[in-house]
Amino acid sequence: MRWEKAFKSAFPVSIPVLTGYMVLGIAYGILMSTKGYGPLWTLLFSMLCFCGSMQFAAIPFLVGKFQPVYVFLLALMVNARHLFYALSMLEKYSGTGRLKWLCIYLMSDETFAINSTAEVPEDMDRGKFYAAVSVLDWSYWVLASVIGNVIGNLITINTAGLDFALTALFVVLFMEQLKNRKNAFCGVLGIVAAIVALIIFGADNLIIPAMVIIFAGLIIGRDRLCD
Amino acid sequence: MRLTDLQAAIIILCIVAGTFLTRSLPFIMFPEGKEQPKLISYLSRTIPAAMMGLLVVYCLKNVSVLTWPHGLPEIIGIGSTVGLHLWKKNVLLSILVGTIVYMVMIQRVFVM
Repeated sequence: MRWEKAFKSAFPVSIPVLTGYMVLGIAYGILMSTKGYGPLWTLLFSMLCFCGSMQFAAIPFLVGKFQPVYVFLLALMVNARHLFYALSMLEKYSGTGRLKWLCIYLMSDETFAINSTAEVPEDMDRGKFYAAVSVLDWSYWVLASVIGNVIGNLITINTAGLDFALTALFVVLFMEQLKNRKNAFCGVLGIVAAIVALIIFGADNLIIPAMVIIFAGLIIGRDRLCD
Repeated sequence: MRLTDLQAAIIILCIVAGTFLTRSLPFIMFPEGKEQPKLISYLSRTIPAAMMGLLVVYCLKNVSVLTWPHGLPEIIGIGSTVGLHLWKKNVLLSILVGTIVYMVMIQRVFVM
């Protein structure tokens, strides 16, 4: 019963993720099929890895030369931002028992964005809510990539721009974060850091430099931002 | 040429290991029940807003502002999302309308 309640309140907030993941997941499934990987492999990759951008980044390494060590290092680099997500979820995911490790395993950008911003109702089990968001987002991704792999080429509706749902999701959650006045500096810092990193390091390498700038900015602004 | 099944399985394990390491390392370093260093709880409070800003920019990283249509579809899409959210404060509605506006912009208005 309490699971049902958790999923009922998690589902509405996960709809934008469903929309965005459908587009990106289907695209991933199609790409996998062009590299000679069928539904079973697509399912395995999406179920076990569940890291959209890294799954795309790994595609060139699924054909040709076998380079496991390089792929491992690439996963560390591409996913370095998750270190920051995990840092900020330390308290939120604590005290949720075994669900904690499920939430950690399934922490995508979108799941982090929702769970770090959501105000879980007092009468609800926090852990179950976080886990419900995590599992829903994960199932969308898995489902979409397999659909894309099997029937992707039959889909002819013009979905161009549908993945903007994820951009809009981050924009809205950004605004929700800024409701707390104390977060204004951090929000602006994040945007400025990313733009500076984008200009200097380019679109493909912006995340780690942006994280370094954010980290430095937070340390420098610590006295001002600490209560 | 495709990797062999065994090689592909190893690649999955490598991705899982790398990804899980980045997602779990802070939880392993700062286990529950122990007092967290002040710096860490400060960072966990301030990081979400900063990362949300980063993610917005990340989504827009391939938009070229120097060439036509100069990021106008994105500006209009985000503008309508922000405007509606300030007005109605309904998360789903803001995202839904913003996405539809953006789709109309790139499919109908700014057709290249």
